[in-house]
Amino acid sequence: MTLDIRLPIGLLFAILGALLVAYGIASDPAIYERSLKININLWWGLVMLVFGGLMIVFGRRKRRSTE
Amino acid sequence: MMHPTLAWVDYVIMLIYFAFVLGIGFALKRFMKTSTDFFLSGRSIPAWVCGLAFISANLGAQEVIGMAASGAKYGIATSHFYWLGAIPAMVFVGVFMMPFYYGSRARSVPEYLRLRFDEKTRGLNAITFAVMTIMSSGISMYAMAKLIQTLHIFDALFLRLGIPLTWIFDLSIIVSALIVLGYVYLGGLTSAIYNEVLQFFFIVAGFLPLVLLGLKDVGGWQGLTQKIDPRFTHVWAGMSHASTSPLGVEWFGLAMGLGFVLSFGYWCTDFLVIQRAMAADSMSAARKTPLIAAVPKMVFPFLVILPGLIAIALPVPTATEPGTTVSGAGIIPAKLDHATGKPILNHEGKPELDYDLAIPNMLLHYFPNGMLGIGLTALLASFMSGMAGNITAFNTVWTFDIYQAYIKPSASDRHYMWMGQFATFFGTVISIGAAYMATRFNNIMDMLQLVFAFVNAPLFATFLLGMFWKRTTGHGAFYGLLSGIGAAAVHHGLTLPAGSGAGIKGGWITLVHTYPSEMAQNFWAAIFAWTTCFLATILVSLGTKPRPDEELAGLVYSLTPHSASDNLPWYKRPPALGIAVLLVALLLNILFR
Repeated sequence: MTLDIRLPIGLLFAILGALLVAYGIASDPAIYERSLKININLWWGLVMLVFGGLMIVFGRRKRRSTE
Repeated sequence: MMHPTLAWVDYVIMLIYFAFVLGIGFALKRFMKTSTDFFLSGRSIPAWVCGLAFISANLGAQEVIGMAASGAKYGIATSHFYWLGAIPAMVFVGVFMMPFYYGSRARSVPEYLRLRFDEKTRGLNAITFAVMTIMSSGISMYAMAKLIQTLHIFDALFLRLGIPLTWIFDLSIIVSALIVLGYVYLGGLTSAIYNEVLQFFFIVAGFLPLVLLGLKDVGGWQGLTQKIDPRFTHVWAGMSHASTSPLGVEWFGLAMGLGFVLSFGYWCTDFLVIQRAMAADSMSAARKTPLIAAVPKMVFPFLVILPGLIAIALPVPTATEPGTTVSGAGIIPAKLDHATGKPILNHEGKPELDYDLAIPNMLLHYFPNGMLGIGLTALLASFMSGMAGNITAFNTVWTFDIYQAYIKPSASDRHYMWMGQFATFFGTVISIGAAYMATRFNNIMDMLQLVFAFVNAPLFATFLLGMFWKRTTGHGAFYGLLSGIGAAAVHHGLTLPAGSGAGIKGGWITLVHTYPSEMAQNFWAAIFAWTTCFLATILVSLGTKPRPDEELAGLVYSLTPHSASDNLPWYKRPPALGIAVLLVALLLNILFR
């Protein structure tokens, strides 16, 4: 099997993380009333972005070492 | 606080997710060349991927919604389903049983039964399993459509597009079925496994921030323990006697019924999960699959049960419908009678709570647009992977154990692969039928699930004897299973849970015993069924002719040479990993005792 699952996972999390961060910066602070005044989109978006990036890095490194 | 409406960002998140899900199917299509690729992923998947798929296949709607509901209803004692139930069983199947499943090169659990016993035992297991998977898939679909309808999350979108709101239910079923059909048809088991792994991470991404926000809101674990019934935060509180236990069952029934019979029966014999390990790329990877799965499984109570506890601790009076002031517990609403609009009362005169709304209401309570899209997608993804898991298990058992066994024995590999894809299609169509059956005839579905429970209860006795006692015969296994199923049915006919009338809940022969709760009745039914099957299998086996030893090599423990675990250092071998997992599970039980 030549498709490493880490690449699609990494890509999905990176894209959605970036989207959340952008939305977190642009959105009206009033919507964070429900999330205890924490800009959860910004923070969790960053977490997802970092996780996605790590998955892509590991997925690509593995591919190079097996070739 | 008003429920938020979905914004464009939430829809975009859902669309991107489902584009990826289908994209994985398309990307894998070119690797699907033989039936082994389609049904067994070419036995080429690394252990960690199989491991995450192993728990994720079980992480359907029942798990996510049901465990939070149960957490809200019974408290943290619900984690017995994990720390006492699933974990020891997963360690057992990895260390002791996987060598026979994987080593025998059987392509399915029913096929193992044919290799070990005989055709009739395989047939019984294959046919009941095929029917069960299709029905479960349909029930999953029904539950999802129903939930989407109840939460009104897509109402605004439908109104905007000019589609009548009554179509929400039908469109939810059709769209989810098409997505699942699409990716399983294209990429077979590999596609299902990859999507299960994707969904695993997505569930964590959606629910972990929910738990963190919830805990912060109620003042951490300390704050939570002060806000709810103290028994709700102790796993073993009151377990010495059925009358003080929150589950209505004492430690013995719990340990034997749930911990031994039901959990081992599910995790060690259910092809839906075993199939994920059979796809592993080596024997040691197959054995490690359930052990790797056990690690995240242990911490899942914090992700799926804790939201239920937080939901009842929140100080929010709720009205489920405008104009009524029915207060539930926390943010869990009372169930309303649709005819009168008044809350439904239980036999103690208290309102019945709609616990299944614990998780969805938590999402709507804490998440702003953006995260809301992530959380709802995680929920929908879990429904769909539950369906996909059932569909992949069905197409394999149908093709190998029913079609190849009884309808067309010697066709080309290409033909069986085509049949697998065709089975994916008609399996999905029957599931949709089952989903609609659930809307019209709720009783039939309840009855079917009851029959499945009877069929499943004794299974582990058959496998245990088959794998570890070479004297067990095919006749013994078959008649043992039948008598176990019979014992479960008779037990059900003679007993009732407290507060119910004779009928679907039991007592349809005559009432001999009343259990304090439905859970107690289930656990004891399993104990009776297992014991009956165990004894009957031994008796019939002793009276029938055993198979010669040389036919059983690789199928039975005492006749299988023990591999040296691929020359791994001791701490990387399955038994060492298994013991480590068990120790952590024990520690969790002590910490939350």
